Amino acid sequence: MIQVENLCKKYGDFTAVDNISFQVGQGEIFAFLGPNGAGKTTTIKMLTTLLTPTSGQLRIDGLHPSDNANEVRKRFGIVFQDPSLDGDMTAYENMELHGVMYHVPRKTRIARTEELLRTFELWERRNDQAKMFSGGMKRRLEIARAFLHTPKILFLDEPTLGLDPQTRNQLWNQVKMLNKSEGVTVFLTTHYMDEADRVAQRIAIIDHGKIVAEGTPESLKQQTNTTTLEDAYLAYTGSSIRDETANVSSDQLKQVAQMWSKKR
Amino acid sequence: MSTIYILWLRELRRYVRSRAQIVASLGQPLLYLIALGFGMGPIFQKAGQGSYLQFVAPGVIAMSVLFSSVFSGIGLLWDRQFGFLKETLVAPVPRIQIMLGKTLGAATVAVVQGLLVVVVCFLAGFRVANPLMLPFALLFMVLIACVFSALGTAIGSVLENMQGFQLIMNFLVMPIFFLSGALYPLSNLPSVMTAVTRLDPLTYGVDGLRTSLIGVSHFNLGLDALVLVSVATVLMFVGSRLFSKIQV
Repeated sequence: MIQVENLCKKYGDFTAVDNISFQVGQGEIFAFLGPNGAGKTTTIKMLTTLLTPTSGQLRIDGLHPSDNANEVRKRFGIVFQDPSLDGDMTAYENMELHGVMYHVPRKTRIARTEELLRTFELWERRNDQAKMFSGGMKRRLEIARAFLHTPKILFLDEPTLGLDPQTRNQLWNQVKMLNKSEGVTVFLTTHYMDEADRVAQRIAIIDHGKIVAEGTPESLKQQTNTTTLEDAYLAYTGSSIRDETANVSSDQLKQVAQMWSKKR
Repeated sequence: MSTIYILWLRELRRYVRSRAQIVASLGQPLLYLIALGFGMGPIFQKAGQGSYLQFVAPGVIAMSVLFSSVFSGIGLLWDRQFGFLKETLVAPVPRIQIMLGKTLGAATVAVVQGLLVVVVCFLAGFRVANPLMLPFALLFMVLIACVFSALGTAIGSVLENMQGFQLIMNFLVMPIFFLSGALYPLSNLPSVMTAVTRLDPLTYGVDGLRTSLIGVSHFNLGLDALVLVSVATVLMFVGSRLFSKIQV
């Protein structure tokens, strides 16, 4: 379903993604793990047509994202690391907008919106503005929305960041259920190793833009002689802390914008 | 088409929901109308130019359409900051449709806002010269809205932060307003001012509105409309080029 060969992304002298190759089969749940700044999000952006690779081959369901961007876009749903809802619109309107942009036929859209909002326990709150929702509800809405156009692949970029254990648990159960019932391929990133261990069938660990290990959770533990995936992960990536450069201007802008929206 | 429609609808929904903002944005035109209309009135009258309120009302209407459309267009910046833009950029639709939906939505919001200001003008004592010309006034509001929402979207596509936003306000939007003849007659200006006002697209919008509403014109309706349509076309083109280059 996803084929990546010798993929590179360079920003000037800095190599964010350094010659990586991997494959994800149909219906598989694949976890892409790595420290902050390792190149996870950059890889997802290239897979989802948002960034053009510097070099290398990419195929999504047999198609090249650069040649067939819109065909590729139809085939995946994505939940971004940062929120991407329109807070001023209701949950239902967010779903409607997505369905229309993905050309889901009206009847299908209405039926599937109800089904998904019920699955993710948001149906009762469908007419509330998304900005009123808790972090967990927003995430659930984003996942429901990503499923609306029946994608073949679901990208989840740290979907459980900042959520409580109950919500995380429920969220993964729902994703696993939809993976079974709809056969959707799931490509996920997370910093919670217990989640990856429980949910993923196969794991790749990326560090400094390179894939340092790949295999089932069991095989990674065996290869490193560890009992938990977290220990295995640390064995591969070391325990030094990575410093990411903060995006100062964008953070400031967010603060100002939040101040403004409160005033209104 | 459905993509353009749903993104257009989104702008309208957001506008209708921000009631406090609607009321707040009527404050500025009202202030201009009352403070200038009544404050400058006696001098204008003595200069033999008639009622200043009558004269300035079309300028104030043009101003509110200008501000409203530029702001809605720059709203793209918020979409980017709050992440919603990404949701539209991964959708399987040509980017030009996304840009058009946003721009037309911003333009529609600006026209509605302009119509509210028309009502405020009437309440303040403004009267039109010939009611049959009102459809032309609406046409010019639409044209002004198209020009400046396209400008707003173009700016929103390249702007990265709030500092840039202030820069645009002080060095682009305010000059466009003050150099448009919205507040003063264009005849007998120093030659440099005449040249500058003629380069300002809003000048033609204000002239078109003034002609349709109070029957006083500097150029003529045909030229006004032609200039606005051309500028709108160019800006839509530039805007969609810049929009298609956005990377998130």
